[in-house]
Amino acid sequence: MRTAERPVPDPPPEPRRKPLTLSQREDLHGRLLVGPTVIVVLLFAVLPFLAVVLFAFLDVRLVDIPRLYIDNLVFTGENVAAVWNSPRFWSAATTTVVYAASSSAGAVLVGLAVALALRRPFRGRGLIRALVLVPYVLPVVAAATIWKTLLNPGYGLVNAVGTQWLGWAEPIAFLTTTSRDLGPFEVPVALLCVIAFEVWKTFPLAFLFITARLQAVPEDIEEAAQIDGAGKTRTFRHLLLPELAGVMALLAVLRFLWSFQNFNDIYLLTGGAGGTEVLAVRVYSELVVRANIGTASATGLLMTGMLLVVVAVYAWMIKRERA
Amino acid sequence: MSRPSTEDRVLGALRWTVIAVAVAATAGPLLYGFLLSLRPFQSVVSEPLDLLPPLDEITIDSYPTAMAEYGLGGNMWNSLQVALATAALAILFSVLGAYAAVRLRFLGRGTVNVVFLGVYLLPGIVLAVPLFVLLSRVGLTGSLVGLVFVYVAQTVPVALYMLRTYLMAVPSSVEEAAMIDGCGRLALIRRVVLPLALPGVAATALYVFMIAWNEYLFALLFLVADRDRWTVSLGIAQLTEFSVPTTVLMAGSIAITVPVVAGFFLAQRLLVTGLTSGAEKG
Repeated sequence: MRTAERPVPDPPPEPRRKPLTLSQREDLHGRLLVGPTVIVVLLFAVLPFLAVVLFAFLDVRLVDIPRLYIDNLVFTGENVAAVWNSPRFWSAATTTVVYAASSSAGAVLVGLAVALALRRPFRGRGLIRALVLVPYVLPVVAAATIWKTLLNPGYGLVNAVGTQWLGWAEPIAFLTTTSRDLGPFEVPVALLCVIAFEVWKTFPLAFLFITARLQAVPEDIEEAAQIDGAGKTRTFRHLLLPELAGVMALLAVLRFLWSFQNFNDIYLLTGGAGGTEVLAVRVYSELVVRANIGTASATGLLMTGMLLVVVAVYAWMIKRERA
Repeated sequence: MSRPSTEDRVLGALRWTVIAVAVAATAGPLLYGFLLSLRPFQSVVSEPLDLLPPLDEITIDSYPTAMAEYGLGGNMWNSLQVALATAALAILFSVLGAYAAVRLRFLGRGTVNVVFLGVYLLPGIVLAVPLFVLLSRVGLTGSLVGLVFVYVAQTVPVALYMLRTYLMAVPSSVEEAAMIDGCGRLALIRRVVLPLALPGVAATALYVFMIAWNEYLFALLFLVADRDRWTVSLGIAQLTEFSVPTTVLMAGSIAITVPVVAGFFLAQRLLVTGLTSGAEKG
């Protein structure tokens, strides 16, 4: 079989006059092979991003789409100005930062706790490890629907437990309550719920990366420290934490970037009600509810600008640390 | 020799608490949804605390109701087509791309990598606005084809990143031998590289399939007007807007979750190495 596929001993005459050198051929093949990917990404990601920049400075609404030609565009700075001067935009920006920072910190810390708890082997650890990853792969719509049922004021489990066992006076509408007094504190109920959901859904990723990093930590130093009488807490603080700091910082930044742009979870759980309106939900409602492509793009552009600032600060900090 | 100190005992107890809470929090909601899907709606409303339904009460009626009466069956078929097409295209593109990135030196390799990373970090919601406008302009909103291309563009960078790890594990000496035997580049990828990296390729395909199957935002923007084309995620989310019994919603949620979780458990080990490669270097 194999020999049949072998090329004939005498190579056929080359159709090209000058054969390509090996490195030229490698260059050509390389470009041809990435070609399809590059085309799809250019058409469906890079081009749209350039379009967002353009749309942010156009006076254009959804009804204008059929009449949208490249030569009759009306430029305006009003979208950006309107968004920049809107208090709703800034309150959404604040909510987004609080949401992204708390869920990113929460995800990394919970991920760390679970990774440490599952570090030493025991019977059934493999199964538990796999189980812990489930929220991350769950369809977001299914997860949100189940959470909404759990928190439902009428028949949800949480409220049933609260009213029947914990003595709550009345069920709490968790996902629509903006704030509630709890002793001296004012608790942003709905916002806390969407943060909890995001932590629940994303801590598995932090858990995975921290576990992978933990496996690479040499065990002998730790053993030596413990023989020398250092307790587990001290070993963790002085030996493990410095090893994990890099991956935890990277995870915190990545999770911040992703939570910052999260639309699905919040839109599905609260629709932006109860003080949970984040920038992504604002972009959506500018586009769909107000049918204004211009202000939706301007909001998106400002949002991307904020993300870029975070990336730049992180890159600068990494650079300074290495120098 | 050393007796357990108080510190060790506290930490040991804490460890098992963390494990117990983690298991309850991750498996609990899924189990809750499953148990609710087996009960009649009236009984859920009147006895929300009865998690384990009495045996004579158990019914699977919610599943056929969700699939047929509320149209989730048809939506699932749409989702399946979209997710399979996305996975096939994304894998085709990213196998070629990842091979080039791992084995070949070509002009612009660095730029390509940076662009892909950038795409990965761009907010989906921001891209959604112009994609919606541009695709409506060319009449592709409301079509599953348009959705597939958007998903491919969104998943190809991740797929490429994962595949790179798996392909790097394939020894290049095998390829050189094949090359010397006169094997062309494409034939080499198909006959030598792919079979050797097959488990990794399968895991990546599964990951892309999951992303496409789970996706909600673009489906909402592009397809909401056309009920026949809804994906199943969109279908369930739309049903929550109406007074559909929660037991039916739970049945739908469990039905779309089962394939994803089953696939994940099958390919778990491979997926984990693919996703976390590079983490070891810190």
